[in-house]
Amino acid sequence: MSAPMATNETLPARAALDQEWRKVVNHGLLLALVLVFVSLANMPVSLDSRMIIEPMLSMGYLSLLWIPVVMGFIVSSEKVLEGIAYHAKGAREVLAGGLVGLIGGLGLSLLVVLIDNFDLRDPLVNWSPALLDLLQFGNGIGFGVIIWPVLGFGLGVFGGALHIFTAMTRTIVGWVLGAVLGIAVFETVIIDLLTERLPFEFITDWFYFIRGGLSQQGAVTAALIGGGLGYLRVLAQRGVVPTPVQDYKQLVGPERTRANTIIIITCGVATAILPLLLGRITNELLANVGLFVLLALGLNIVVGLAGILDLGYVAFFAVGGYATAILTSPNRGDSWPDWVPQSHWFAALIVVILLAILTGLFIGAPVIRMRGDYLAIVTLGFGEIIRLLFLSDWLGGYTGGAQGVTNIPGVDLGFVEIKGTDPRAIFYLVAVFCAIAIYVSWRLEKSRLGRAWMAIREDESVAEAMGINTVNVKLMAFVVGAVLASFSGAIFAAKVGSIFPTSFIILVSIVILVVVIVGGMGNIVGVIAGAAVLIGVLGGPKQPGLLAEFSEFKLLIYGALLIFMMLKRPEGLVPNVRRTRELHQEEFLQDAWLRSQVDADEQDGAPSGEVAPA
Amino acid sequence: MTAAVRSKAAPRTGVDWFLTFMRVGLSFFFISGVIMFVLQQIDPQNPIAQVFNPDATGLTADQFEGLIISGLSQGAMYGLIALGYSMVYGVLGFINFAHGEVFMVGAMTGMITSNKLEEAGLWEDAFFVSLVFIILVAIVCSTATAVIMERVAYRPLRGSPRLIPLITSIGVSFLIQNISIVLLGPGAKAYPSLPDWLSQKRTVLFLEVEGTKLMVILVAAISMAGLWYLVERTKTGRAMRAVAEDKEIASLMGIDVNRTIVTTFAVGGAMAGVAGILWGILFRSVIHTTGFLPGIKAFSAAVVGGIGNLGGAMAGGLTLGSAESLAPLMVLEPWGINGVSQLRDAVAFLVLIFVLLVRPTGLFGERLSAEDRA
Amino acid sequence: MSERLLTIDNLSVTFGGLHALKNLDFHVDKGEIVSVIGPNGAGKTTFFNMISGMVEPTEGDIVFKGESLIGLDPNQVTARGIARTFQNVRLFANMTILENVMVAQHCRTKQGVFGALFNTSGFKQEEAEIREWGEKVLGFFGSRLVGYRLDQPASVLSYANRRRLEVARAMATKPEVILLDEPVAGMNPRESEELTGLIGQLRDEWGFTIVMIEHDMGVVRDVSDRVVVLDHGETIAQGSYEDVSTNPDVIEAYLGRPAEEAS
Repeated sequence: MSAPMATNETLPARAALDQEWRKVVNHGLLLALVLVFVSLANMPVSLDSRMIIEPMLSMGYLSLLWIPVVMGFIVSSEKVLEGIAYHAKGAREVLAGGLVGLIGGLGLSLLVVLIDNFDLRDPLVNWSPALLDLLQFGNGIGFGVIIWPVLGFGLGVFGGALHIFTAMTRTIVGWVLGAVLGIAVFETVIIDLLTERLPFEFITDWFYFIRGGLSQQGAVTAALIGGGLGYLRVLAQRGVVPTPVQDYKQLVGPERTRANTIIIITCGVATAILPLLLGRITNELLANVGLFVLLALGLNIVVGLAGILDLGYVAFFAVGGYATAILTSPNRGDSWPDWVPQSHWFAALIVVILLAILTGLFIGAPVIRMRGDYLAIVTLGFGEIIRLLFLSDWLGGYTGGAQGVTNIPGVDLGFVEIKGTDPRAIFYLVAVFCAIAIYVSWRLEKSRLGRAWMAIREDESVAEAMGINTVNVKLMAFVVGAVLASFSGAIFAAKVGSIFPTSFIILVSIVILVVVIVGGMGNIVGVIAGAAVLIGVLGGPKQPGLLAEFSEFKLLIYGALLIFMMLKRPEGLVPNVRRTRELHQEEFLQDAWLRSQVDADEQDGAPSGEVAPA
Repeated sequence: MTAAVRSKAAPRTGVDWFLTFMRVGLSFFFISGVIMFVLQQIDPQNPIAQVFNPDATGLTADQFEGLIISGLSQGAMYGLIALGYSMVYGVLGFINFAHGEVFMVGAMTGMITSNKLEEAGLWEDAFFVSLVFIILVAIVCSTATAVIMERVAYRPLRGSPRLIPLITSIGVSFLIQNISIVLLGPGAKAYPSLPDWLSQKRTVLFLEVEGTKLMVILVAAISMAGLWYLVERTKTGRAMRAVAEDKEIASLMGIDVNRTIVTTFAVGGAMAGVAGILWGILFRSVIHTTGFLPGIKAFSAAVVGGIGNLGGAMAGGLTLGSAESLAPLMVLEPWGINGVSQLRDAVAFLVLIFVLLVRPTGLFGERLSAEDRA
Repeated sequence: MSERLLTIDNLSVTFGGLHALKNLDFHVDKGEIVSVIGPNGAGKTTFFNMISGMVEPTEGDIVFKGESLIGLDPNQVTARGIARTFQNVRLFANMTILENVMVAQHCRTKQGVFGALFNTSGFKQEEAEIREWGEKVLGFFGSRLVGYRLDQPASVLSYANRRRLEVARAMATKPEVILLDEPVAGMNPRESEELTGLIGQLRDEWGFTIVMIEHDMGVVRDVSDRVVVLDHGETIAQGSYEDVSTNPDVIEAYLGRPAEEAS
């Protein structure tokens, strides 16, 4: 439904000194604040060990350097509205960016001076000589004070200059930066993939420095690759080369189904083959991602489809984990009577499913009639109660209290035992259950139940008036979500071999929520992508990700991301068309109103009515 | 078929039956726990009291007094935090999940300032002046946090679907906690020790009370009185009540809605700041997660007292504080549950669930605008 | 003339001391079209909310086909055969037009998780039936809601088409009685004339009984078998359009008392 781009009239660029000074100063001060915060959060120091390009750029410096660029770009961004004339971008925008960067840099200079002269280490733990040294590039106080305004100005100019680049240049610059950063960040995975089973050491030797980070020739190559891909992208936009994604989007009916089938089979085959080529660490990473995909798919049904904000989702994960542990481990609490057998994982799984259904009903029933926000807090309360009960001495004889349950065996398939020491096998197990979860989500979304969930999400009281028993239908969402989470718990128990109440803190619920929201509520592909990006790169609540150095900061980033997504992009990274509309309701209503005017003018009932593009 | 008149209150579906069962079951659990406790107090060898817990010892009068006092002092603190939840819910109709973090910011600034004061030797010498000073600093910081939060995260979301600001506030809460970790470090930090004359027990009326707890209750009472004056007797308070009733009409009456909402956040933040200092005085230790549980409990207190109802928030706080302090020993112990002190937090959540099941509008009735009641 | 479908007996509701409806008696026979009119705030929408179970009356009884509706949830009322539309159109704006009418058949269908997961023949058959019935009720409004529009979200529809879709959604629940809350509000004269005709067809061809709140007296005159006038929660007149429109109480309710009498 995208209308053809309206061409806005362009006014000549404004003079360089024709600035909105207040705005520039505000952005500059904000930048200074952010830079000082990042420094005092110790990001530069603790990320300094991770090299991006050896020996020029470490992730520590990068954590400071990207901010002036973005801020320099933002300060002269304008929201483009159709039909309004705008000034062309020019020297004014570049200067504004530079000034913002300059003010930000001065903030860091001030910090350098302050650290040099005062000791505030008491409350601020990172007020350290190490930070000072890093901010001075090891060259003494004078250098430190002068370099930051200069650097800031330069980076701000670059940010502002992005406005005057042509769209083509911008695309290519974006791809170059993306490729260099991407190849650097995915270092572990790439090396693992190319050298573990495949004989491509020469490639990784070319790209990477021996102690980590891109080598200089590698960085240049990466930049060239990125530039090439960016140029292809530009060509694709101009229609010179084919655009597979666009073509796919235009497919309809059976052709689309066929394309989908091909994509699904390809993904399936890739999922089956990839782990064989990878080593331990990467497979471990994939298994963690898989566990969170499973959890997030379950929460997606509850939050994304039915619109119920369940903050105690970890409770079902815990029930799955504990039930499996207790039923399979010889080392469970000693209060259990003999008739509770020590069984096989699959037998335990049946009990786990039943227990998850019961827990879902038990937690769901009291909360299901509550207002949405009360429901959120009460489910959170239930999540805590369940953890506290597992932790308590009262049930300690059954659950092991703080000592948890240990010695949980793996999944014995007869020919092989899947256990934590073999992450590849665990990954396959997780993948199978993820496939089940994807199938369940997909089938249910298109069924009577899925439609009822969506209706409830849209308008609960109307859904009720249209004959939907909202209580039962919402409980159903709760139960389906609970069962999927309990699968994850069961695999988790077999994977780690011992479980403790600390594995099931509320934090887990929140992280899963962030994954679902960042990926896009109500969107299966989005949720998988969200889990892969967040859990894979930054890491889960306890699990390290690719950027292990980030572990101190990942929760900070999750929090910021959650706010950012809600403010700027509530539909998530991979938007579901429906949700997008719901969340930008106002805009859509305006559009619809405009169209209805067109409609009213036309002969009533003519099928060419509302959406006919002019 | 005859047209029998049914009432909505009568259970019909399975869920209704289950809820009735839960209501009755929980009531029975609470009441019989208390009865067993009372019987045991009368006669430790009472056979009824020993059904579930043969070796219960009961409580001495001193222990009981101590529990009540610490329950009330914590409850007063919860009440102060609850005011912020209640006011924001009354005005904007959403739960500001991050309000607990505003409280934590108050406790943290109090910790930093009081330690600096101690280094300077002022803490011991001029305790009251120092106390007033750290309370003021905490109020300023907490208020600033609350106001910035409103401006940056919540104002752009006004009018969006209900759950969106709630999810955002979860993000804000998470962010502030982690800012505290990266700036101040992840460990627990201690307040300087209080002067001896303050922590001594002293007799008030017929009760033996620790000076600190007495002071906590006093400070809370003073703050509450100030708030009451502000809301009921000043123009600002009238504007706040008008905005809570109906934003649109309030703005037509010439009230600056944005400013009033900011004021609401600021006042809630100030109360949370005071509560933060009280926390520091009571527990003398603060960590980045300090805001989380007290925050949730304070929200529970607001619900228990009836959300939007300021007197109710304070009363709810006192109720919840006492319940949390007494219920483990008075209700759980007689049932033969061991290690009851570990279950304090669970009790607080149980009280919330129980109140929402039995009387969802809270003990003292909620005060919300018509649109938020839906 | 025919079977009594809906009887309302001495119905009252108070909101905090305010009588929204007072001692209301009302009945609908099968195959009738009854209009409920009255000035703003007369309690008409409360009356609908009460029948559809969204508000519980303080006193009195609502009997539908010999069974009391008091205390039923809205979905149970709908399941018994009373569907409604809303004054301020409330569609599931982000679901497609077809989904809007498909979801309305929820209480007439029963496939659950099992059928959906294993794509059983029962599930496929039911989906096909839901779809067929959905397209049929949409087809009632001509070509406006069918064809390429089936898979468009309801939010893209024009105002008049949203009203039509809301009627279609009510029809999709397979009711016996449809409560229409101001069906032609906001439509232009040509559209409302057309919808008036369709309301007649709803009764004559589809066999629905219709209770309608309407302000447009032209529409009321054209289709109603009977008109009920509410004011301040009480019935002040009842009868054919001609009887009611000349009733002095009704004129007073709408226009106020003539000045000389009032003073």
